Amino acid sequence: MAKITYIEFDGARHEVDVSTGLNVMEGAVKNLIPGIDADCGGACACATCHVYVDPDWVEKTGKPSEMELSMLDFAEDLQKTSRLSCQIEVDDSLDGLIVRLPETQG
Amino acid sequence: MASGGQTDTETQETYVVIGAGHGAGQAAVTLRAKGFQGRIILIGEESYAPYQRPALSKAFLSGDLALERLYFKPPEYYAKNDIDLILDTVVTRLDREKKTIALSDGRVIGYDKALLATGSRVRKIPLPGVDLPGVFYLRTIADVEGIRASCAKGAKIVIVGGGYIGLEVAASTRKLGLDVTVLETESRVMARAVGKPVSDFFEALHAEEGVTIKTGQAVKALEGKSKLERVVCADGSVWQADIAVIGVGIVPNQELAEEAGLPVDNGIVVDAACRTTDPSVFAAGDCTNHPNDIFERRLRLESVHNALEQAKTAAAAMCGIVNDYNQVPWFWSDQYNVKLQIAGLSQGYDQIVLRGDPSQRKFAAFYLKQGMLIAVDAINAVPEYMASRKLIAAHARIAPERLADMSIPMKSMIE
Ligand SMILES: Cc1cc2nc3c(=O)[nH]c(=O)nc-3n(C[C@H](O)[C@H](O)[C@H](O)COP(=O)(O)OP(=O)(O)OC[C@H]3O[C@@H](n4cnc5c(N)ncnc54)[C@H](O)[C@@H]3O)c2cc1C
Ligand code: FES
Repeated sequence: MAKITYIEFDGARHEVDVSTGLNVMEGAVKNLIPGIDADCGGACACATCHVYVDPDWVEKTGKPSEMELSMLDFAEDLQKTSRLSCQIEVDDSLDGLIVRLPETQG
Repeated sequence: MASGGQTDTETQETYVVIGAGHGAGQAAVTLRAKGFQGRIILIGEESYAPYQRPALSKAFLSGDLALERLYFKPPEYYAKNDIDLILDTVVTRLDREKKTIALSDGRVIGYDKALLATGSRVRKIPLPGVDLPGVFYLRTIADVEGIRASCAKGAKIVIVGGGYIGLEVAASTRKLGLDVTVLETESRVMARAVGKPVSDFFEALHAEEGVTIKTGQAVKALEGKSKLERVVCADGSVWQADIAVIGVGIVPNQELAEEAGLPVDNGIVVDAACRTTDPSVFAAGDCTNHPNDIFERRLRLESVHNALEQAKTAAAAMCGIVNDYNQVPWFWSDQYNVKLQIAGLSQGYDQIVLRGDPSQRKFAAFYLKQGMLIAVDAINAVPEYMASRKLIAAHARIAPERLADMSIPMKSMIE
C-alpha cells in the first residue's frame, strides 16, 4: 500500500491509498481522478496515461522500458520525468509518491 | 447528482444506454462530464459492470490479472454519479413510436434519448458436437472462467480459428502449460487483419513457442461421448482435445435496431456523429457501421479505440454537441513477449514495405496504396506505429526506400 498524490493540471490535488500490485494508472482510475484516460487499460499500447513523476521520486519509480520510452517519445508535452503511469507498479516503497498530470492525454 | 431540488423523476429527462460494455461505460462518463443531469440508465445482459475485454484472452486467461482489474470504472462509480446500472437483464424491444424499451424482466422504461451500445457477439458455427462440454467460445468473463476451469496443465487444447483472439488464447494457454494446436481454414493466420509477412512471422513465433499451427484446415466435427475428445477436419485429420476454443469472428448486435425499423447494413447505420435516422436514437461501438473521411468509406470496427471514441461522440451528440468522429483506427494484440500494434486499414494496398528484422522479433510492415501510407503492422516497433498514426491521418506519401531505411528515424518523417 502507498499513499499517492495526483495533482491535476489545474492544481487540484488528490491524495489516495493505492494497493500493492496495482499500478499508478489504476490508482487514479479506481479513485475517479480525472486526467488519465488509459484507453488500453494498461497494455502500454495507447500512451493516454502520461504523468510527470515528481523529481524526488524518479529513482524510486524505476527505469522505463524501451517500449515505454518510445511511446513517450511521441506524447504531447514530454518532460524529463514523463512516464506512462500504467508501467509503474505500486508497492510500499512508493509511499508518498507525487505525480502531476499533463493538460491533455494522447 | 441531484442538486437544486431536482428530485422529480417524472419531469427529469431520461437517457437509456442499451448494453453495459466498454462503450456504454464511456458514454455514461461522458454524459455526466458534458453536464447532463437527468437520469442515465445502463442495461446490460452480463452480470458485471462495464469491463475491458482485451485482457480476457491475454493476462486474465493466463491468470496474471484479477477480475477486479478488468473493470472500466470501479463498480461504485455508477451509484456515486447517479447512474442506474441494471445488470443480468436484456433489452428485448425498442419502441421508437412510444419511446420505450422493454426489458426481459417485464419492465418497460420510457426514454427521451437512447444509445445502442450493444457490441457484438461471437459467430457460432453449426458444426456437429459444438454443444459438447469442453467446447467454448470467448467473449465474456463467464466464458474465460469456464475455459480456465478446464485448463489443467498438460491438457490438450485445440483452437478453432487463427485470428488474433485464437492466437492470444494459444499464447496464454501455452503459458499455463497446455498442449496447444491451432486450426485455421485460411492459408495463413490473422489473414483478415495483417499482411502475409506478418502472418508468416506469427506462425513462426508460435511454432518456436511450441504451438502446432495448421492452416488450410476446415474443421468438420467435434466429437466425444459425454464430453469433447477430439476435433476432426475435412481432410480426415484427427486432433485429440480436452478443450476446444472457437474463435471465428463476431457479428454485430444490430437486431434491436433492425426490428425497430432503423437502417442496418453490416452494423447499425450511423453518421459521423453517431446519430441514426431517428433523432432520439444513437449508436456506438462494435454494433455500428459508420463513415470515415480519412479512408473515404464506411467501416464496422471491432476495437476498444472505436468503442471509446464513438461513445464519447454519441454522448456529446445526445447533449446537443455535434462532433464528427474521424480517426485513424488502431488496435493491438499481445502474444508472448510480442506486442503487435496496428494503425490504419490495409485493405486495398498495392505495396508492402518492411522495416527492421523479423528474426529479431522487431519490425514493421507498411502498407501503401498508390504511394500513400494507409496502414502499419508494428511488431515491438513503437516508433513505426506512433509515427504512422500521424502519417496515415495526413495521407502522407513517403518513398518506400525511406520507410525501409532504419538509419532514418521515424520521428523525422513526421516533421
Ligand atoms: C477476447 C477479446 C479480446 C480483445 N482484444 C482487444 C484488443 O486487444 N484491442 C482492442 O482494441 N480490442 C480488443 N477487443 C475488442 C473490444 O473488446 C471490443 O471492440 C469492445 O469491447 C467493443 O465495445 P462495445 O461497447 O461496442 O461492445 P461490448 O464490449 O461487446 O459491450 C456490449 C454489451 O452489450 C450487451 N448487450 C448486447 N445486446 C444487449 C441487449 N439487447 N440488452 C442488454 N445488453 C445487451 C452485451 O452483453 C455486452 O455486454 C477484444 C475483444 C475480445 C472478445
Ligand atoms: S494505459 Fe495505455 S499505455 Fe498506459
